[in-house]
Amino acid sequence: MPYIGSSVKRKEDVRLLRGIGKYVGDIHRAGMVHAAILRSTHAHARLVKIDAAAALKLPGVLGVLTAADMPGLKTIPMRTGVIPGLERSQQTPIATTKVRYVGEPVAVVVAENRYLAEDALEWIDVEYAAQGAVIDASESMKPGAPRLHDATPNNVAANFQVDVGDVDEAFRDADLIIEEEFSTQRHSAVPLENRGLVAEWDEGRGLLTMWGPTKMTHTNWRILSELTGLPQSCIHFIEPEVGGGFGARGEFYPEDFLIPFAAMHFRKPICWIEDRSENLKAMNQSRQQEHRVKIGVKKDGTILAMDAEILFDMGSYTRTHGGVPAIAASAMLRGPFRVKNYRCNVFCVLTNKTPVGTYRSPGRYEANFVRERLLDMVAHRLKLDPADVRRRNLIRHEEMPCDLGKHPFHSMVYDTGDFPGQFERALERFGYEDLKATCAAAKLEGRAVGVGIGCFVETSGIGPWEYARVEVDNAGQVVLYSGCNSVGQGIATALSQIVADELQVAIENVRVVHGDTAKVPYGNGSNASRSTVMAGSAAVGASRKVKDKLLRLAAANLEIDTADLILRDGRVVARGAPERAVSFKDLARLALPGAALKNGMTPGISEEDFFATDKRPFPYGVHIAEVEVDKETGKIKILDYLVTEDIGRKINPMIIEGQMAGGLAQGIGGALLEEFVYDEDGQPLSTNFMDYLLPTAMEIPKAQLISTEDFPSPHNPLGVKGAGEGGITAAGAALANAVSNALGVEVKKLPLKPDYVLQLIKDCQAAG
Amino acid sequence: MKPAKFDYHDPTSIDEALGLMSQFGDQARPLAGGQSLVPLMNFRLIRPAHLIDLNGVDELSYLSAEDAVLRIGATTRQRQLERSAEIARRWPLLRDAAAFIGHIQIRNRGTVGGSLAHAFPSAELPVAMVTLGASMLLRAKTTRRSVRAEDFFLSTMTTALQPEELLTEISVPELPANTGWSYQEVSRRYGDFALAGSASLLAVDGKGDIRYARLALTGVTPIRARKAEESLVGERPSEALFCDAAQRATENLEQDSDIHASAEYRRAACAALARRALTQAAQRASDSMKGTLR
Amino acid sequence: MSTRQVCLTINGREYTGAVEPRKLLTDFLRDDLGLTGTHVGCEQGVCGACTVLLNGEPVRSCLLFAVQANGAELKTVEGMAPNATELHPLQEKFWELHGLQCGFCTPGILLTAEALLKEIPHPSEEQIREWLSGNLCRCTGYQNIVTAIHEAAKTLSERRT
Repeated sequence: MPYIGSSVKRKEDVRLLRGIGKYVGDIHRAGMVHAAILRSTHAHARLVKIDAAAALKLPGVLGVLTAADMPGLKTIPMRTGVIPGLERSQQTPIATTKVRYVGEPVAVVVAENRYLAEDALEWIDVEYAAQGAVIDASESMKPGAPRLHDATPNNVAANFQVDVGDVDEAFRDADLIIEEEFSTQRHSAVPLENRGLVAEWDEGRGLLTMWGPTKMTHTNWRILSELTGLPQSCIHFIEPEVGGGFGARGEFYPEDFLIPFAAMHFRKPICWIEDRSENLKAMNQSRQQEHRVKIGVKKDGTILAMDAEILFDMGSYTRTHGGVPAIAASAMLRGPFRVKNYRCNVFCVLTNKTPVGTYRSPGRYEANFVRERLLDMVAHRLKLDPADVRRRNLIRHEEMPCDLGKHPFHSMVYDTGDFPGQFERALERFGYEDLKATCAAAKLEGRAVGVGIGCFVETSGIGPWEYARVEVDNAGQVVLYSGCNSVGQGIATALSQIVADELQVAIENVRVVHGDTAKVPYGNGSNASRSTVMAGSAAVGASRKVKDKLLRLAAANLEIDTADLILRDGRVVARGAPERAVSFKDLARLALPGAALKNGMTPGISEEDFFATDKRPFPYGVHIAEVEVDKETGKIKILDYLVTEDIGRKINPMIIEGQMAGGLAQGIGGALLEEFVYDEDGQPLSTNFMDYLLPTAMEIPKAQLISTEDFPSPHNPLGVKGAGEGGITAAGAALANAVSNALGVEVKKLPLKPDYVLQLIKDCQAAG
Repeated sequence: MKPAKFDYHDPTSIDEALGLMSQFGDQARPLAGGQSLVPLMNFRLIRPAHLIDLNGVDELSYLSAEDAVLRIGATTRQRQLERSAEIARRWPLLRDAAAFIGHIQIRNRGTVGGSLAHAFPSAELPVAMVTLGASMLLRAKTTRRSVRAEDFFLSTMTTALQPEELLTEISVPELPANTGWSYQEVSRRYGDFALAGSASLLAVDGKGDIRYARLALTGVTPIRARKAEESLVGERPSEALFCDAAQRATENLEQDSDIHASAEYRRAACAALARRALTQAAQRASDSMKGTLR
Repeated sequence: MSTRQVCLTINGREYTGAVEPRKLLTDFLRDDLGLTGTHVGCEQGVCGACTVLLNGEPVRSCLLFAVQANGAELKTVEGMAPNATELHPLQEKFWELHGLQCGFCTPGILLTAEALLKEIPHPSEEQIREWLSGNLCRCTGYQNIVTAIHEAAKTLSERRT
């Protein structure tokens, strides 16, 4: 039975369950000392003076580093999401003359342990000259607002347009035009493990070793080389266990320079483990967008045109993701619907808050919320069923592949799928028609019960390439060296399944190596639901080359033509004569240089492959939520929830459902609980776990999670589409629609805090 | 997030603890369960020079209900309130309120006295103690005084405790026979501090009229709604009556705004919860009279 | 720097160490004793990643000073499995039913679950969720954890009979 398609237990789990997996905080090196980072307490200020004299006198303190100790500092480059203009607001790893958000690194303390390092932080005296902070994106664009970067005079780091069809003409034919403003709040990945790094400098050999980088190990490897001037061959990155990523972990952060710099400076292994209060100020935040959207429709609900303006609040600097959330929002605002005339004007705006990066389903979570709310508003105004408005506009199977028109930074050709078919099945499974009656009956009893739909298309499998090498080692074990990374999602298991099937070995005999730059020369990491798509496809290619090599070696050994040989259970076997066989282990010995060279073969059983594509698979699906709202307290209870998603082909259904469930929980958190709040001076107010609210087991319902593989993607040999983000992407949309439906109100922003819900009820009553 | 340095003292008797409190005055902080204090120390928002650990003072940990009064030693774990059959039978409000404190892992360690002395305005035990008419025994090396719960909580995280004093015991009087109770709260997540909370005790006479009423609310400090209570006594329980009492109770209720909810929200939610608390307490009182309450 | 002697039993084994009074129990376990299965997520008692059993009861080790554990009996995740080859039924079920992803919250959750099943051998879904609410998980959405605890309860009760 093939491993692909089967819910194989994860290879990663036993060590994690036993508590013996090593996360970065569990790494210990002889002579290791600890760093703590002094962070700006001002949102926008000139650095006048830093005096560390008192701190240096404390026992156990090795030293304090500031920008003055780091001549020739470069800014951290974008690795993706490059929009012309964004390069003007990139960040140096440590503040030089100005600070632009609370949490920006100002100095690095190194001491014998973290307690002493934190003691020393308190004795560094920093003089700031406040420059007036700007917190709100629309305020920031106004003339006279405090300017964050000299090179961006109006605080607009970048601006671009999407223009498809003839929007103005189409609006002239509309029976109804609705124009609304929506906003999504700043929140983010907040993985349970804080960030951390251990850096060790071997002064004698000039070698730097780093434990902790993940997600984009190879990209960060290159960036660190560029920032330090140390060749990549002298830097070794090792990825330990990783306590969750979700987009935010593993990007090149200021600390990814500061800690290795400090290790080289002090000639000591240095450990830096972020604490939660730092994490909630310093790790990439996301999701904060304001959308002003105009939609024009016919009486029957047919969409004629959409015209949008998006303000993407990017915080105070351009980070490694550039404008990804803005690009994705502008590209995916149309979702699975036919919008032939579409215009979008996007402003990437700087504010004095923590810089922004991606968080699981970047830009799409926001865009889905906006569009799906708007479609419900259309339905109410036209007195149509929200489902009917969607039916009218879903792109049909026969329209695939569907080119949505040019976007300056995003490939926009949907590959395959049957959006209407899946939509109908989702409604049926959830009992949508019956539920409408249930809600109506509840309302007669004075209860506020509602149902809400959120349709989505996700992007996944971003290229442009991925690397794999497969080898058979001396014990006959198969080892895959992959350019992707683990962020806790179970990628080693999924890749093992793929390789085990290709080479017909037991999964126990496949080992996956990733995130180690000494063992894997190239990689594009784990992001954008790409690992199974890209790394899986590369693994297929490398496995097939190894298979070929195994057959050739066996053919020579058994004196049987390769066409008459097959792979079975870790051996090469003669077709129809299973007693004539040779094991991978024996073939590995035959492939040793001595024997191989004598036989005119390249030594070793080791083959590389790159899988390259610019085409993305687009998974798609539906969220439906049923909620009850307490009209007196504004509390929302999720009564039932359904997510369906077509992902082309399932490698491991259990892992896929796990991704859906986990994504959904985060989506619920984003819809109801999570928010980074700042006061008007730019002081962050959500800097601990009593104020930044992750959902608990009591807030997350048991959901119906349906993954299907009806439409394999034509863009890769496995037919897979990425499965990491469908669970989260339309949760804000579906819940906002359900709450709107339950109360007869129009939700226009997230999160649905009890306070906001009561306000909506009050406004609705006031309006009669 | 590591605490600043401190000197650690681990007395084994109340007298020893009080001696240390007297010796170090406002330089000292008593450590009970540490579930509120230690986070604040980890954030370095509180940095006592001397930490006096009460966990080794066995004589501070007890529950006794031998006479008509429930006596709770200050370092009794919150979880013990939940587990006590005596409390469930005679002071169920206390059990219900305790179950709302944080999570089980917190209540295993958190103490009754610690929560009260911390006096977080939307914490559960302060409002429950105010409702129950509890009194606090405050001891210093040479003094001892009893303070009513209502007078103990002064404002947000401020109590009547003087620097050298320890809260050593909480006593809760017996409730009138057949008292119904209710504890209601709304929080953002399960286990969080209340955005709004209300506790109520009600007893009815043979005719079904209210003869005893207690109502308290969370605010900047836990507040007894005396006017509302007075409006209830002698009346027949009804939705309208409770609505009116809840309105009275919250009319001028002082509330703070924070990132989780506005003062206005808190007032509105308190009104709803007060009405629900009264309604449930009345139902339970009536069931109790009829002997149908389990 | 004044230190205090701490002597305690962890997973049935005696440990001693000298600690500064301010050292948190988590740091003592992880840095001084090398028991790194106990994780640190928030240091304010919310996330539950540092949950250990103190005299059988789940508590936050980030809210205890190591000196306070003098004389105590502790259990950490390293003490759950009976030996190097077998797993505890809870660990088995978490593995089988995908009750973990990144694994960072897992040690704390396993210990909470162990204490739960000791106190309530056949918990309802609501009871499981209530106990679990003191342990945050950012990856799984909790459902598989709930199911795994349910299933482990069955295994444990079969073993008892």
